[in-house]
Amino acid sequence: MPENSYSAMRQSIVDGAPDTASDLARQALAAGVAPLEAINEGYVPGMHDVGEQFARGQMFLPDMMASAEAMRAAMTVLEPELKRLGGERPSAGTVVLGTTKGDIHEIGKTLVGTLLTAHGFSVHDLGVDVSGEKFAAKASEVKADIVGVSALLTTTMRNQKGVIESLERAGLRAQVKVMVGGAPVSRKWAEEIGADGYAKDAMSAVALARELMEAKTRTANNAALESA
Amino acid sequence: MRPKLQLLDKPLVERILIEAFELIHDPGVRVAPYVVELLRAAGISVQDGVARIPEAVARRALQSVPREFYLYDRNGVAAVRYGRDAVHFDPGSSCLNILDPETQKARPAESGDLVRLVEVAEMLPQYAAQSTAMVCNDVPAEIGDWYRLLLVLWHSKKPVVTGAFSASSLHVLLELLAIESGGGDALRQHPRAIFDVCPSPPLNWSEFASQNLVDLARAGVPAEIVSMPLAGATAPVTLSGSVVQHAAECISGITIHQLAKAGAPIVWGAAPAIFDMRSGKTPMGAIETAMLDVACAEVGKYLGLPTHAYMVAGDGRVIDAQVEMESGMSAVLGALAGINMISGAGMLDFLACHSIEKLVIDAEAIASAQRLIEGIEPRTETLATAMFGQTGLSGEFLKLKETRDLFRKEQHFPSAVVDRGLAGSDGAPDILHRARARVEELLAAYERPALAANREAEIIAFAQREGAKAGLMNLPAISPTESSALAS
Repeated sequence: MPENSYSAMRQSIVDGAPDTASDLARQALAAGVAPLEAINEGYVPGMHDVGEQFARGQMFLPDMMASAEAMRAAMTVLEPELKRLGGERPSAGTVVLGTTKGDIHEIGKTLVGTLLTAHGFSVHDLGVDVSGEKFAAKASEVKADIVGVSALLTTTMRNQKGVIESLERAGLRAQVKVMVGGAPVSRKWAEEIGADGYAKDAMSAVALARELMEAKTRTANNAALESA
Repeated sequence: MRPKLQLLDKPLVERILIEAFELIHDPGVRVAPYVVELLRAAGISVQDGVARIPEAVARRALQSVPREFYLYDRNGVAAVRYGRDAVHFDPGSSCLNILDPETQKARPAESGDLVRLVEVAEMLPQYAAQSTAMVCNDVPAEIGDWYRLLLVLWHSKKPVVTGAFSASSLHVLLELLAIESGGGDALRQHPRAIFDVCPSPPLNWSEFASQNLVDLARAGVPAEIVSMPLAGATAPVTLSGSVVQHAAECISGITIHQLAKAGAPIVWGAAPAIFDMRSGKTPMGAIETAMLDVACAEVGKYLGLPTHAYMVAGDGRVIDAQVEMESGMSAVLGALAGINMISGAGMLDFLACHSIEKLVIDAEAIASAQRLIEGIEPRTETLATAMFGQTGLSGEFLKLKETRDLFRKEQHFPSAVVDRGLAGSDGAPDILHRARARVEELLAAYERPALAANREAEIIAFAQREGAKAGLMNLPAISPTESSALAS
């Protein structure tokens, strides 16, 4: 695959152009490019650019949504071929996501889900008004690496602690990292309730999820070394 | 629809003008000997230094004032439109003190402070023009006016709101501007600067002010009358009475100016204030002061003239909630009033002090005011129904193409001076820290827009020659290498 095709893919993500992204994906497959290579060399760097531009204040939420949509369009073309070849895109991690009990605010949580998906995470979005038990049950079912709990209200923010307690009761806390976010949430609050991390916005949530995955891998490796 | 603020109805404006025309005839206007012959030649009686201007003469003068003119940037691009409802902002001018960036305490301003302010204002699109913002205490007082203009011209391409400190020094400033513009004709054709000229309240055109009016008119360089009634002290206590006095001072000044050269550009400008009856201060942040500014401009607009006012200044001594509340409110009011040039940003402490940090905060208030007067536009064929046609009740407007296409037009994005939550709930640093960071960011990105080398050499030679007359041995805030290399 020529370099300029990868840069066109990358650009289609930055431009938030789903039609271009899927056309380029089809052309790549027709030219015999391995789907995983197109993903890793073309589209993922595009999402990386988007994250950087957002952090610099050069891109805005609607741009990111469009980029995520372009990523989804490319993946819709590439994933069936990937599966047909007997492979799959390595997941960056499995995340269970939801807005805490008593809270029906969705936008922030959905943004996080969209961006995590675009960055290669497998996301299970439980929606809004989710109890701690539901978080725990889903985390157990999908063997979640991370549980993300959103809250917009100071009153419902307290229920983030309840989710952590539910994970503890279900015996999952050691395997699952918990990240929290939402307008009233702060780093201090995250520490206070024993969460593993706090993200101030959707892009930071992606960075945090990656950090948590690295930490998880490190812990697992250390455990393996110690038991060896 | 462009939103507008109006404080006076038509009958009140007409009453104001009727009384203003009465005042310039009786008791009349104090004028300087420099203009007596000029006025007498037009049939105006002048006795004991008081001119009694007939309404008909004044009305003829008002008729000959250009309804619209431009100030140009260094490249000859029209950058400021005086006339109709165009709105521009520039930093406040002629301040003695600066709020020290480190200590945040007022101290006498120096040339380096002025240069920093000019560099920051150059980088902020909210400021259409520069001003000769400070009096530099490291420069001999007798050359303070042209030296600060030199520093602004040296470090900026934008138009400049300036002024002379005396009758004689005006010619030095005009010579400097002519050199920078490439000659007197070039300066007249594309004026880069406008000169504030201030009557002394009530109704007194001093020797200095009278002479400036006449000489500017003859030089073809725009003048801006800055009439300053102090309601309750040097003007009637009522706001409407002070507006009458303001109108009388402007009309009499315009008469002198237009008699010197009919058709020369001049602006109906104002820096009124109420007189605080407890402290004896002149609060620039008082709502009544802003009301005076707006009302004075309304009278000028009624006459079809270009307008100016002094707003966006606060009265506290440090950057605090009071100062920014006052500055933000008057920025909005001035913009809604459609005032062509609104001077005053960056200033606090009753105009005694400038702050570069405040200048960047004020720029955010100004940007909001500018957004406000853009108004609310119907940007799509149906206002909402077609978008609902796509989303149904899902609420997913963030994903719509219309959202992405239009949000930049609908929303103004402030700099990090304004905390919009980007720092998260752990909080951004306080406003002063954010403003300081913004100042540093702008200064780091600034590059001096150099003139052609021969023009710069001429300017330096001029500055060294004029500076030597006041014993100035070097040129503060112009680096020694620049000045010696260019002058040699």
